[in-house]
Amino acid sequence: MASAFVPVQEILERKARPVLRDPNEAPTHDLREELFELEAKGELIVHRVPEPYVEVTTKFGRKKKIPIEHTWHHKSCGQCGHIPGYSASIFWLHRQFGLDFIDPTDQTSCTGWNYYASATSNAVAQLAVMSRNFAAAYETGYFPLIHCGTSYGHYKEAREQLIHHKEFRDEVRRILDKLGKPLVVPEEIVHYSEWVHVMRHRIAERQVIDMSHITACVHPACHYYKIVAEDAIYDPEIYGAQRTATVTGLLEALGINVADYSTWFDCCGFGFRHVLVQRDFTRSFAVLRKIEVMKNEVDPDMVVTHDTGCVTTLDKSQFAAKAHNRKVGVPVLSDAQVAAMAMGAHPFRVLQLHWHSTDWRPLMEKLGIDWKKHWEEFQEDLDAIRRGEKPGITWEEADRPIAIAA
Amino acid sequence: MDWISAKPTKYADVPYEEKLRLFMEVKNDPRYEDFLYGCYECGICVSACPSARFYDYSPRVIAQTMAREDVDRFYEIMVEDIWNCAQCFSCVRCPRQNNPGGLVTLIREVAVKNGLKEARDVLQGYSRVIYKVMLKGNQVSPDMLQPDFFPDWGPWVREFSENMHVWRKAIPVDTLRGVTDAAWRTDEKTLVELYTIWFETDNVDIVREVDEGLYELLLDVMEEALEEWQEEVA
Repeated sequence: MASAFVPVQEILERKARPVLRDPNEAPTHDLREELFELEAKGELIVHRVPEPYVEVTTKFGRKKKIPIEHTWHHKSCGQCGHIPGYSASIFWLHRQFGLDFIDPTDQTSCTGWNYYASATSNAVAQLAVMSRNFAAAYETGYFPLIHCGTSYGHYKEAREQLIHHKEFRDEVRRILDKLGKPLVVPEEIVHYSEWVHVMRHRIAERQVIDMSHITACVHPACHYYKIVAEDAIYDPEIYGAQRTATVTGLLEALGINVADYSTWFDCCGFGFRHVLVQRDFTRSFAVLRKIEVMKNEVDPDMVVTHDTGCVTTLDKSQFAAKAHNRKVGVPVLSDAQVAAMAMGAHPFRVLQLHWHSTDWRPLMEKLGIDWKKHWEEFQEDLDAIRRGEKPGITWEEADRPIAIAA
Repeated sequence: MDWISAKPTKYADVPYEEKLRLFMEVKNDPRYEDFLYGCYECGICVSACPSARFYDYSPRVIAQTMAREDVDRFYEIMVEDIWNCAQCFSCVRCPRQNNPGGLVTLIREVAVKNGLKEARDVLQGYSRVIYKVMLKGNQVSPDMLQPDFFPDWGPWVREFSENMHVWRKAIPVDTLRGVTDAAWRTDEKTLVELYTIWFETDNVDIVREVDEGLYELLLDVMEEALEEWQEEVA
């Protein structure tokens, strides 16, 4: 009788091989086909991805179009409210490349954070909020680029529900009619980190800060690659397409040493409600299952992630853990901030590092960035604002990189 | 009586018919069939679940209970377990394509909509967030970062709080610059459209079940804004 035993070495070799998936054998139906069928029936409008775009491969081998410009920036309330350097970095990158985009005021958040935290809403309300935002983008002609990981995941799931349930579509259309808006669904739901991913080589071409001596751990955002998992980017060149490629692809392009750790797949502990009103859970999980594991296993210089909640949780949870003598003290940045930093963005005018809680100064020093000098510049800005000499910092002041390529 | 463990049923004071009514409300949600396909008891969802590491909580038990239609156990879950879920959806790696996190969302919705005491209790202290999201369309804003609420985030919060107005002006993004009571500057028309959505979907009434005072306040502000907007448009 043949043995079913598989030697460990063979298992490891199999795991090391890149996964090349055939989209024809995908275990899920391609939602976009159903979307176009609904459009043909006159049920909704599909907002096409504008050119130029880059095609990437997603989990089951399908192609996804990522627009480069003409984008409508669906901002994140957590980023804009509590980590403004995150949003500023995304916009700064677009400005550096001279890309056409809109930062709209006709936008609400997805309100998904509240829904996941308190359930004080319902399916139709959530779908209507999404559809109102998508219609607002469509009216401008610009394509939605979603900044928040939760908005991205929530909208992917909501899109699926809208496609599969006629009763939801009818109800949402009734509400949109009242608002004088059409029912529009984008051809692709695109997260900004996917834009960063496809731009990574162009970003690396303009890198002015050497990062080759930096070690980073990646925390992938649950709502990016676990909700409607087939929509996330996978690349045979990155983790052999066995994990999502976003964030890691950027760091590798910038020459950063990406160090693996054993709890890579774990959530950060955000919890939506927990991070606001029950933080014992959030702090414990963030420290015990993420930060301390990274410290013990690879001792990184920074953690890089691509969502609002993850940056908040992993950064803010470290202070209290210090009081318990836990192994903490790793600065946490978004991929957009790292990309902007590599291209010479000002650490305070653009990256807004003063909004971060965990000490980022050792990282700045290791990167050779004279943060004290730039902090002085920023203090002069603040003093001028306090004296009423200027209303605030403008893009004209923030655009200029702190270092120029040799 | 729980026929499997032969333990007395918990919450025996709640009539079975009431528990069944709540269960059917969950089951009749159009999304229910997308979230539950049966359960192997493999435990993959539990191994991935952050809450299972810190609480007496199991997404597997939730999927199992719903699949078995165990109404008494369902009620226990509704009262004791659902608010432990982190809604990260790590559990959706289920080989049967179950979505235990999604089931939790549905059960929470029914718990809130029916004004269960446990739901009201757990959301105490959360009202200011609901206020913000309903009126501003943003979950969080800079002015919510107060040292009393976030002492565990370190001295940074106090420093921020003292400098909030000037720090917010020192952001180059036009839609953020100087805004402290919301995450970004939003058009009045956009907010009126949002309020219309809350009314048209009965979302306002859901808030009433959680916090009557907040409901009255929201109603006043939103109705006034809608009236003013209608006058302006006319």
